[in-house]
Amino acid sequence: MATVSKTLGLVGTGIRRESLLVLLVLAAAMAILAPNFLSLGNLINVLLATAVIGVLAIGVTFVLTGGGLDLSVGSVMAVAGVAMGVAYQSGLPWPLALSTGLAFGAFLGWCNAAVIVRSGVPPFIVTLGMLSVARGLALLLSDGRPIYGLSQEILFLGQGRVLGIPTPVWIFLLTTILGQFLISRTRFGYHTLALGDNETAARVVGIAIEALKARLYTLAGVMAALGGILFAARVNAADPTAGIGYELLAITAAVIGGTNLFGGRGTVVGTFIGALIMGVLQNGLNLMAVQPFYQQIAIGAVLVLAVWLDRMQSRNQT
Amino acid sequence: MKDVYKRFGAVEVLRGVSFALNGGEVLGLVGDNGAGKSTLMKLITGVYSVDSGEIWFDGRLLSSPRQTHTPARARGFGIEMVYQDLALAKQQDVAANIFLGREPVRHLLGILPIVDRRAMEIRAKFILDELGIKVPQLRVPVAWLSGGQQQTIAIARALSFNPKLLILDEPTAALAVKETEHVLEVIRELRNRGIGIVLISHRLPDIFAVTDRILVLRQGKVAADLVTKDTSMAEVVAHIVGAEPLRKGGLA
Repeated sequence: MATVSKTLGLVGTGIRRESLLVLLVLAAAMAILAPNFLSLGNLINVLLATAVIGVLAIGVTFVLTGGGLDLSVGSVMAVAGVAMGVAYQSGLPWPLALSTGLAFGAFLGWCNAAVIVRSGVPPFIVTLGMLSVARGLALLLSDGRPIYGLSQEILFLGQGRVLGIPTPVWIFLLTTILGQFLISRTRFGYHTLALGDNETAARVVGIAIEALKARLYTLAGVMAALGGILFAARVNAADPTAGIGYELLAITAAVIGGTNLFGGRGTVVGTFIGALIMGVLQNGLNLMAVQPFYQQIAIGAVLVLAVWLDRMQSRNQT
Repeated sequence: MKDVYKRFGAVEVLRGVSFALNGGEVLGLVGDNGAGKSTLMKLITGVYSVDSGEIWFDGRLLSSPRQTHTPARARGFGIEMVYQDLALAKQQDVAANIFLGREPVRHLLGILPIVDRRAMEIRAKFILDELGIKVPQLRVPVAWLSGGQQQTIAIARALSFNPKLLILDEPTAALAVKETEHVLEVIRELRNRGIGIVLISHRLPDIFAVTDRILVLRQGKVAADLVTKDTSMAEVVAHIVGAEPLRKGGLA
């Protein structure tokens, strides 16, 4: 079948050629239209601007691939940042403050899974509830004000550079590699795909579905927390209003990157590419001094286009 | 299986069912909707436990009112079932489906446990070859394959557990004629290997094509236990609907 070869020898990995192609075409177009686009400094800027959404999107990829949905990562991101800030302000050393932030994310993610598994209420509703609960918690913990005065070590995570490359970019790259390894090479990844593909089948063959869901949502919570910490470190403050709307951007990145919104298919490398597509669009349009409102229009169009291309392809396969 | 009863609330679904199945024998299980076929099989696969009566398997007590039965226990006894809805993960490839939930693992650098793709594909190919199942590519999502190929992959997965008893629920219901023939061929091959098979089907021609015996259930009881080569479709149909069976020389 023509479509088999069309995936460019990447069949086993499940990475789609389309999203990579879109990214390259887009980058080429930007390179022509915006003279500065291809400079090394600017490309690093693109990655830096994408890092927070990208890290969130990696966690979301796992949940979506497993047939779930997490609308709460934008709010969880804020709580984690605030929890870290409060912990540091209260005198804890910075590593413990960081751990507090991550633990908050993990706990809230786990709460999502616990409610979903025990109550049978759909993930859409449960995580929509968490979106509100976590935002409220962030405001409560911070008294509604940004927390300043983070330690130098924490700020380094957002503003430092290693070998000339900003720390958030390193973390984005590292978590992408780790995530891709997890989803494509481990039994955890295989079981996640099976769960999202056909929950009954996964149950019949003896996969511990409840435990798996707990791990997926907890992972999304941890990744959201990591994103929140990077964000706070970059802007010098743990802001309780950080990350509003990021949950949808994260889902958009994952879906543009080829993750099936209804589960059973997803790659972290795809999500990385999806996030970059959004970053390149924004950056390129900025360089061309296009009014920022157009960026949102463009991203929306790319999302629909990506899923449409995907549907056309899968229709050709049968 | 001796004198098995099962009730759900006020409804007595099985009312004293007894039958026996030998290794290397294909038993056709037929009956109208609601006759108790599914319930009977779920008692064997451990989805339910019996209310009274006993089920013995391979000389061991499988289920009785005092011996709770579970799906994991059934698997331990060597009992596998292929469900009508296939229970395949259709976006995953053939090898992943055959080893769903039991992916072989190797250790990267001696520590990191990763799924052993190579071993998985070699073993999947071995199982499929042994059954004479031809699949164009092991790496394509099973959704791209035909209904018959999907059915044989579901059977192949069950076989990877080395079962002694294989229960097939309507394996040919959604298949074209040619594909049906292929699935029946696989069933014959399994019988030759000494695996006991229960074939549940509404398609009597299929039942007659591969079974050694036919068990007819009606309203929770065994209406007839027939030897396939000594009976006819008309007789089986008569037992299913509860009419007086046709005898040689006309209506009795």
